[in-house]
Formats: sequence, structure tokens, C-alpha cells
Amino acid sequence: MSIGTVPMKFRVSIDQEQCMACARCVENCSYGVFRMENGVVRVNPRHCVACHRCLAMCPRDAISIEERPVDYRSHPLWTTEVKEAIFNQARTGKIIVAGMGNALPYPVIFDRLVLDACQVTNPSIDPLREPMELRTYLGKKPSHLDLLTKENGDVELVSTLVPNLKLDTPIMIGHMSYGAISLNAQTSLAKAVNEIGTFMGTGEGGLHESLYPYQGNMIVQVASGRFGVDINYLERGAAIEIKIGQGAKPGIGGHLPGEKVNKEVSVTRMIPEGSDAISPAPHHDIYSIEDLKQLVRGLKEATEWKKPVFVKIAAVHNSAAIAAGIARSSADAIVIDGFRGGTGAAPRVFRDHVGIPVEAAIASVDAKLRQQGIRNEVSVIASGGIRESADVAKIIALGADAVYIGTAALIALGCRVCGTCNRGVCAWGIATQRADLVSRLDPEIGSKQVANLIHGWTDELAELMGAAGINSIESLRGNRDRLRSYMLDEALMTVLDVKSVGA
Amino acid sequence: MKTVEIDAKDLHYTPLNLQIRKAVSEGAKEITVRNIMGQRFIADGLKGDVSLILHGVAGGDLGMFMSGPDVTLYGNADHAPGNTMDAGSIAIHGSAGDAVAHSMRGGKIFVRDTIGYRGGIHMKQYLEKRPVLVLGGSARSFLGEYMAGGLILVLRRFPDTMDDERGIGSGIHGGEIFIRGTISDDCLGVGTKKDTCSMEEIARITPLIHEFAAKFEIDPSQFLKSEYTRISPASGRPFANKYTWE
Repeated sequence: MSIGTVPMKFRVSIDQEQCMACARCVENCSYGVFRMENGVVRVNPRHCVACHRCLAMCPRDAISIEERPVDYRSHPLWTTEVKEAIFNQARTGKIIVAGMGNALPYPVIFDRLVLDACQVTNPSIDPLREPMELRTYLGKKPSHLDLLTKENGDVELVSTLVPNLKLDTPIMIGHMSYGAISLNAQTSLAKAVNEIGTFMGTGEGGLHESLYPYQGNMIVQVASGRFGVDINYLERGAAIEIKIGQGAKPGIGGHLPGEKVNKEVSVTRMIPEGSDAISPAPHHDIYSIEDLKQLVRGLKEATEWKKPVFVKIAAVHNSAAIAAGIARSSADAIVIDGFRGGTGAAPRVFRDHVGIPVEAAIASVDAKLRQQGIRNEVSVIASGGIRESADVAKIIALGADAVYIGTAALIALGCRVCGTCNRGVCAWGIATQRADLVSRLDPEIGSKQVANLIHGWTDELAELMGAAGINSIESLRGNRDRLRSYMLDEALMTVLDVKSVGA
Repeated sequence: MKTVEIDAKDLHYTPLNLQIRKAVSEGAKEITVRNIMGQRFIADGLKGDVSLILHGVAGGDLGMFMSGPDVTLYGNADHAPGNTMDAGSIAIHGSAGDAVAHSMRGGKIFVRDTIGYRGGIHMKQYLEKRPVLVLGGSARSFLGEYMAGGLILVLRRFPDTMDDERGIGSGIHGGEIFIRGTISDDCLGVGTKKDTCSMEEIARITPLIHEFAAKFEIDPSQFLKSEYTRISPASGRPFANKYTWE
């Protein structure tokens, strides 16, 4: 072959002085890096993806992993990634598929925004002593209330309120399907949201029977493949989400390859074992905003108007106008999934090049809905690249009501963001269906870790709010005055509606 | 047998469905609804062992997510009757619009006359659940597009038709489409395979022909002595060779 081999991505070396030949690395590596030969651990570093399972399990710190020990001649344009993609496609002639989120070094808007704090005037609040209101209600809010004052002076509410979801923190876990992640991973997330008092999404993989006890904290997804969707599934969910698009791959559908559709996955998706599960790019009953309204109302009618219906779109150029249409479709919440959103598998070209950052999309959606006087018609949920509590505070200040986290929750389960979810052999038992690997993830421990993470973020959010003299999440929402941009360009500052630092 | 009559005149679909649900919960076995004039979502998400006799023109998404009931409609239906339907049946004494049986996963739909574009799109099957769509007349383009399972039977009882309809079975990766008579290769969508039906396959669709004929009181003999074309997936994994890993 004229291209020959390319430099190895990682060099794995064993400090033989330290190594006690316990073979834990051999057992734990699901990618086949390690083997035992005559009592000595040997490596094939070409298989390494840097998932760090071996490092984490080695009792002697005997393993080291070095990224790109032999790299190409550096070049600002013809980078390693660009060259290797060309090699790959020169060999195969195919579309490159990759796991995890956007891998290009675009500037992160969150990191160019800073939060405010009180000094001297308007004293800050200590969340340890003062009540902090983080409770969030998702769904339609009435534009006005009709009240009736009775003769005895009691006031009665005349307006009919539509169902809302009640969250004890504005942090939810986004849609990661059973199939994309393991049942133990989903169970860990489900136990965590149940304990915290928030919600998680099922993804388009149906709802496994063992998760029924947590269905009150589940948002069931209806995507274009309609996998796992029947009336019982819809009735189980606390809310229903129509997935139109996904930040990691806007505009295209998805397909779960047959090899990942094992017996259990086939049951919840309601498709034959081993068959490809193909989700078309559009919903074939939605070709317009009017059609979307038809599906929203169809779902509400099926569940007797008892459940909020969310609509999730990928953040794209026209998100604001699209959101204004969705807000008029009877939907209760809009989810905006930014271009950094993760995925089990997406074409590399979409993952890296299509869509816009969630910060800009949320700001413009919120502004558009306010301009049109319909912000109360829908809640706005931000997802895609929310990494820490500061991101949560900033995106709420830009106009979101709540966030979905995905990758962050998986990292809490041990994920190292190695980006090989598509391989299906996740050594952490997260993005795999292989029983021996799945059993590595104990849902009791996993759920505790995820709950700890959300708890920690929620406490930090309360501290940030207190420092800014804000005691209710409502007062932070869309409060751009508490944000300043640091080295953002003027056009983006206009979109975000934030001033510069010092201004 | 408990029967209930409902007058749908000037009734919005939500109160109409509420009345139907109430009747079902009170044990009605046959519910007759008269004066239907375009109400959408009739029997949406409805469960139970009940017959619905509908008179009038049904709006979009008749029997959406429905699981169990048997619906007979004396009139035409707008788009997507049987959308994501799970079990039960719909018999339409007339014609229907686009996307009939969209994502249907179980049960049977019979349409006496013709349907619009994208009929049977993304129908799918699982274990004993095998959706069936039987058309007395013909279908417009993209019949059985993206089909993942189940069976579509087109009886073409009118002189016609379908000779110019494109994209039949486009993207099909499961299930099968039977069309009475022959179909030009120009009508076939991407990823399809066309064969003349074997005796065994004709034996398989014969009960459906009889069921159709009985429902609409049409003489089945014309359908029984015909040749049929079977359209099925060229591959169960149309995307298998499209991708390479990073």
C-alpha cells in the first residue's frame, strides 16, 4: 500500500521495575493493548484509545501513555487530523464516522464571558443562611391569570394551568438511548435524577422495563424512527420530547448498526435482533411548522393533555425563527442542542462543521421569543457542551430556563472522553452492550457519583447567585446585565446582548 | 353488547375523543360516531377491545398510536391514518391522503380506493407484530419508502394507474410490497429488488385478498387470478458500506 502505516496515536509503556505482573491491565483493556508473555506484560500500543482504564486499575502506576510520540511535521493547515482523514478516505472512499462531540478547536464562548458579583452596594447573599430558590418549572406559563374574589375575600384561580415539570435544580440529563449507552449507565442516571429531583431523557431507544420505577423522572423521546414508541411508552413518561435534530449532527438522521441491536436492545426499540435501526433525517409526518403542530397535538391528544411536550432542535443559523414557530405549535418547551453536543456516532464532517454554539443560539432564541411576546409560551432548555456550573449560570443568564447535560454525566461515571463510543467496547461499561464490560459499572455507585455532580453544581450555582445578590433563579434568567464579554467581537456581543468587561 | 352513539357535529376533536374514551371505559363494545367533519386524531392513543363505526370525513392522524380497537370509516380520511399505530384495524370505505400507515408497527389498515404519496412509509415489524396495509385502488409515488417491516398489498382495482408513480420502496430495508400486475423498473426506488410472485407468496397474500373483499363486499375473483409483483429490499443493511471509522 502506497500510504503505509501512520504514526501511532498513543505510546503505551510499562515500567517493568514497577510492574508486578498482576495482569489487571490485560483484563481491563477491552481494546486489546495488553497481553501476558512469560510472566511479563507486553503491549500493542496501536490499539490504545487512551480511555485510561488500565491506568485507573493499575495498582503500581506502572503504565504511562504518551499522546502522539511521533507526529508529522507540524503545519497550521495540514494538521494531523486533516492528513489522517485523507489517508482514511483515500483507502476506503467512505464517510468518516466518529464518536463524541465537535473536535475542532473553535473558541468557546462560555470562556469569553464572565459573571458579576456584588461589592459594597447591593449586598451579596450567603446561601448557607438565606433561602436560595433554584426550583424550576418547565412548560407553558399563562400570559395572565384570571382570579375570582369571593364574598368572604378568598381569591380563587379561574385560569386553567397546563402541566409543567417541577425541577429542584435547573440541571437535567439529556437523551442518551439504551443502545447508545448501557443499561447500567442508564440506570445510574435514572437513580441519580430520581434522588436529586430532576429529569433525564430516554433517547430514541425505548424504555427498559427495569427503569419503570423511575419513569416519573423520565422524558420519553419520539424521534423520526419512532423506535420503542407505543401508547404505553408515551403514558409512562413525565414529559414527551420530539427530537427534530441533534447538535452533533444537525440535519441528518441516525442509524444504530445491527451488531449493537442485541436481544435486550431489540425489546425496548421493538425491532428485530440484529437489524439496523434507521432513523430518517426528517420525521416523515413533519415537513412544516404546521405538521410539527400536528404531531405535538397528536401526542398531547394521545396522552389526554396531561404531559408537557418538548421539541428538540439542533442549534443552526435560523434557530431563533424556528423556535418562534415551535413556540406557536402548542409545544411546552424547546430544547436547543449546540454544536458541541456529544453523540455515540456521527459523520465527522457534521460533528465538526455543522451547527452553531449553544450560547449564541440560546441568546437569539430568547431575544426573538421576547420580541414577539411569546417567551411565556415555552421554556427554553440548553444542551450541548455544558461542562460546569459556571456554564449553567452563564447560559441561564443568556436566557435558558434549564440545561441538559450529557457528556458531563458520563464523565461522572468514569468516561474519559476517548471518543470511541462508536466502537461498542467501552472499557468503562458506558457505551457498550457487552455484558462483561457493562457489569463493570455498578449503578449504585454510578448513581451516587452522578447525583454528587449535580448536587455540587447546584450548590455552586447557589453560591454564584448569592454572590451576585440574586436569591432566585428566576432573577438570573435572561439577566444579561450580570454577564460581561471578555475579548468577544462586537457582532457576537450584539447577538448575545452583553457589554464588554469594564463597560 | 353495549353500544354507544355519538354525534360529532360541531365538536372539537378533544371533547370527541373524551366521549369515545369515556364510552370505552364504561364498557362499550361498539361506538358509532356520526357527522364527522374533518376532526383530527380520532381514536388517538385509544386502547381496548372495541369497534368504532365512523361516518363522515376523518381528519389527519386517524387511529394514531392506537392499540387494539377496530375502526370502520364510512368516508374518506385525510393524511396519515394509522400513524405509529400499534394494534387493531382501520377499514376506510373511501380514499386517504399522504403517509397512510406512517411508522405503523402492528395491526391492519384496509383502504377501499386510493391513497396519496408516501403510503406505508417506515412501517416496521417486531416479533408477532407485523403491520399490514391493503389498498384496493392504487398509491401515489414513494409507496413503502424507508420500509423496515410489514406488508403492503396493492390490488389496483381501477384501470390505471401507478404506471407513472416513482420511488416505490425507496430506501426499503425490511418488509415487502405486493403489487397486482406488473410495474415498470422506472417506478422502483433506490435499494429495491423486484420479482414476480411465487405460488407460495401468492398463497401468503390470498387471505388478505379475501379479508379485503369481505370488508368492502367486492368480488375477490378478479384479484385471485392475477399475477403479482413483489418488491423487497436489495439489502437489509443499505448503509453498511457507506461508513468508515475515524
